[in-house]
Parts: sequence; structure tokens; C-alpha cells
Amino acid sequence: MMKKDIFIFGIETSCDETAAAVIKNGTDIIANVVSSQIESHKRFGGVVPEIASRHHVEQIIAVFEETLERAGLTFQDMDAIAVTKGPGLVGALLVGVNAAKAIAFAHDLPLIGVHHIAGHIYANRLVQEMSFPLMSLVVSGGHTELVYMKEHGSFEVIGETRDDAAGEAYDKVARTLSLPYPGGPHIDRLAAEGQDTYSLPRIRLEEGSYDFSFSGLKSAVINTVHNAEQRGEEINPENLAASFQASVVDVLTEKTVRAAKEYDVKQVLLAGGVAANKGLRASLENAFGEIENIDIMIPPISLCTDNAAMIAAAGTILFEQGKRDGLDMNGHPGLDIEEF
Amino acid sequence: MKILAIDTSTYTLSIGLSDGDVILAEQVTNVKKNHSIRVMPAIEALMSEVDMKPGDLNKIVVANGPGSYTGVRIGVTIAKTLAWTLHIPITAVSGLASLAASAPLIEGLVCPMFDARRGQVFTGLYRLSNGLLKSVKEDQNVPVVDWCQELLKIGEPVLFVGQESIMHEQVIAEIMGSAAAFAGKSVPYTRPAALLSLASGMEQDPSQVVPNYARLAEAEANWLKANEKKEKSDE
Ligand SMILES: [Zn+2]
Repeated sequence: MMKKDIFIFGIETSCDETAAAVIKNGTDIIANVVSSQIESHKRFGGVVPEIASRHHVEQIIAVFEETLERAGLTFQDMDAIAVTKGPGLVGALLVGVNAAKAIAFAHDLPLIGVHHIAGHIYANRLVQEMSFPLMSLVVSGGHTELVYMKEHGSFEVIGETRDDAAGEAYDKVARTLSLPYPGGPHIDRLAAEGQDTYSLPRIRLEEGSYDFSFSGLKSAVINTVHNAEQRGEEINPENLAASFQASVVDVLTEKTVRAAKEYDVKQVLLAGGVAANKGLRASLENAFGEIENIDIMIPPISLCTDNAAMIAAAGTILFEQGKRDGLDMNGHPGLDIEEF
Repeated sequence: MKILAIDTSTYTLSIGLSDGDVILAEQVTNVKKNHSIRVMPAIEALMSEVDMKPGDLNKIVVANGPGSYTGVRIGVTIAKTLAWTLHIPITAVSGLASLAASAPLIEGLVCPMFDARRGQVFTGLYRLSNGLLKSVKEDQNVPVVDWCQELLKIGEPVLFVGQESIMHEQVIAEIMGSAAAFAGKSVPYTRPAALLSLASGMEQDPSQVVPNYARLAEAEANWLKANEKKEKSDE
């Protein structure tokens, strides 16, 4: 008998994107709709939680409608509703979570709460099948983590940032260089035009650690700018961006390569919004290109930033494993990936 | 015609179900607990109690604020998603109007009130006449002192309703004297039946239903203030 196809409707509202998607069998994108709020947060220089929540409740039905329309399906065709239950901004999460509950109740469908970072990792499965064990480098505005997976649905954090996330450091350095929000793409663009001339530190922490620290690097950039100002010298923004990026990318690449070898993984996945960074993509592709037996997978940029396709993809695995949430599911701003 | 009513705009959780002219079920809990966890299970339990399935519903009525931002959003999100996915109409009504409609059948002015902290209230003015509710002054976020002085000018007695008006009773009485009457604990919160009674109001496209916060987000207000200053200094 042929195995029945599994259709999962995914919802993501953990930060400033209102998103929904339909995924078939955890691997095929049937529809993927993202409504970004970035324009309305720009004037504040960052995401304002209350304003993000307000936009989600305004946009959510239009996003759902477009998703079903593009998929050419209805909720009768779905096997479950998957939604980001954390981590993220609590007010923003609650819009997606409560909408998901209403749909699940109305159509008597299973409800599955998904960890946002698990979603980012599973974005890779929309491109190519995952093979275990694998190591995932998760880099975003809120996260910098090395996550080891021995099988589907199993997540072990072997290293994480002790202070700023990589994405946060990018935004702060961008502000120092008077670049507009969000700063990451601007730094990446400038870095491509400059040279690593400022010899900024590589912060590797103690021997053997897989943890990260970016606040010292961020301070080094601020001090460089400050000292130049005091001496009346001009900063070369391209070179400073290139130097900063080189430091971040060196450390991320070195730790990822070491972790991949030590844990003897078959695959390395890049996940999270900073995975859109061209410098990081190139460096990882380079490093793993020279290592036999370890594949590097980097999803296309549209799947690196927040979306609901990745939530539905991760939700499919949970669905197959029989994991379910009740109508009393809550949003969890600090949800732990090892325990969700 | 089977209607589901939802109000989570304050910490009171009010749900009601009606069938035609009959109020089938009302549930109110008046405790400071997490709406996000409780609303859907409460709706599910109440509907199952009266043997109603989601597909039986013909309409949703929801209180869309003002009130607690998060509370309002939870109620509105659930209501508009249900209405949209069940292909049934939705009517959004003011949570203050539904509180005013919970007042006893009097003829005259009713002032529902939610506390908004720092001497401010969410309030509006309504006239009850022949059991019908009419808006006299629109819902707003205002210092309670300013509001009372405005009401005093009307020269008519006003009945204050809602449990959160109790904490302002002294200030109100000082300004309005005998023009103010207090329902206090006898009309503490929105009765689901009162919200259901307002369900004949204007029907909206579920995707267009949004909360009425009656107040800008703090970041937005600060931004506007800063830009006003900038414009003035640029002149
Ligand atoms: Zn993300």
C-alpha cells in the first residue's frame, strides 16, 4: 500500500515576520508566505515587541488566506497544525499560538508546538534529506549555538554564546558605523569591499570549548572607532567591516569544523538568519570542501530568515513521532531546545 | 442562530453561548490567570457542555478592547481565526460597551471603566434607553480627573460600572458629587449575555477585525513626541 502524504500547516510569529506555510511529507514546500514588518520597525532601530504583536494580529488572516490559496488546499486536507511556541517575543508568539489553537479546534486537527531553532535547522530538509549524526551551526539575531543531532527530533547543545549572539554583535557594530537597521546585510556588503586590516581579536575562550563570545569583539570595534576619532583619523568602514566579519567568521568556522570532526558527523547544517551572510557561507563551504565524508548544507537565503515552512518541516517530524500539544499550549519566550 | 461570545480584554474571562433568544451558557472567571492557556480549553469545555460543535456556530462576537493589550489580542486572534476558518460572520464590539450593557435596566447615562494605571482609565459614555445602548462619548484613554470634569458638564447623573471603577470612586465622588452613582460590585465585569446581546451589531470581514487599544504603543508615542520636537527645533 502506498504511504499517505502528510500535509502540515505551519505558523510562525515569534519575532517580526508573520508567516504561514503548507509542507508535504516534511520536505516539499507547497506554499510559503512571509509578511515582513521590517519597514515599520526601522525607524525605531530594532524590533519593538508591542508593535510586532500589533502587526501580527492585523496580518495573520491575510497570510493564512494567501497560504491556502497558493497551496490550493483547505484545512480538511491537513494532518496537523504546527506553530512556533518559543523562544521569541512573548506577545508575538501568543498571536500565532492562539490562532493555531483556534484552527486546530475548529477542524479537530492535532496541534504541534515547535521550537523556533528546531525549525531553522529543519529548513535544511526542504532542500536535501538530513543524514545523521549531524552538527548544526545556528546563528541569528538571538542565537549562536552548535547543536548536535544524533537522530530526528534529538537536539544537544554542545556550545552556545556566553554573551551576545552573532547577529546582535552585527547590529551593534553596524550602529557604531552609522549603518541603518538591520545592520547585518550592510556589514556583509561592506566587508566584501574591504580588507582585514584592523587585526581584531579572535575570541576562542578556553581550550576545547565550543562556546562563543562576541561582546569583546564588539568592544574592540567600538574602541577602534573611538581611538581613531580621538587621534583625528578617518576610519575605513569597508576595512573595519571586513576585519569584524573575518573575526566572527574565523571563530564560527574553526569551532564548527572542530565539533564536526570530534563528533564524527556526516553532515553540517547552517541555520538561522545570519546564515544569509555571504562571508560565513563562503568560509564554511571552503573549510568543509577540503574535508572528506562531511557534507556542508546551507539553505537558500529565503529559508534562512524566519518563515513557517521550516516550522511545518520540523512539525512533520514531531507529528510522525506522535508528539502533540493541547489547547492549553502557551507561548514560551525562553523555551529550551533540549527539553521542548 | 448559534453565537459564541468572547471577552478577554481584562483579566476577567467571559465566554457565552446563545441559540436564538436563549442564552445557553455563560462562563466567567475573575482571577488573574493566564488567558493564553485558558481561553481555548474554556470554549471547548463550554461548547461540549451544551453539545455544540465548532461547525454548529453561526456567528462570533468578540470584545476588541480597550483593555490589556495582550488580553485583547488573545480574544481577537481566537475570534477572528475561528470566524474566518468556519466561514461565519464576526462582530467586534467595545469591551466597555459590553460592560455598560451589563448594567441593570435603567434609563440614563452609564460609564464603564477599566483602570489604565497612573491615574488613567479606559472609559466611554453610553446611554441606556428602552434596554438599548447608545454611545455618547467614544471609548478613550484619559486621566480619570479630566474625564469626571467633562462628565460633570453634562449635568445628568451617571452610573459607574465595572470593578476597576471602584478604585477611582473617591476621586470621582469628589469631583462629581451627587451626579455620580456607583454600581460597584453589583456590575463587576462584562456578563457574557450582555456581550451576546450586542451581537446584532455590524458584521465585519474576519481579516479586518483588529483590536482597539485606545492608546499608541509606548515606542510609537515616544517616537512621535521626539519627532514633533525635532520639527519645532527645525523651524
Ligand atoms: Zn529565527
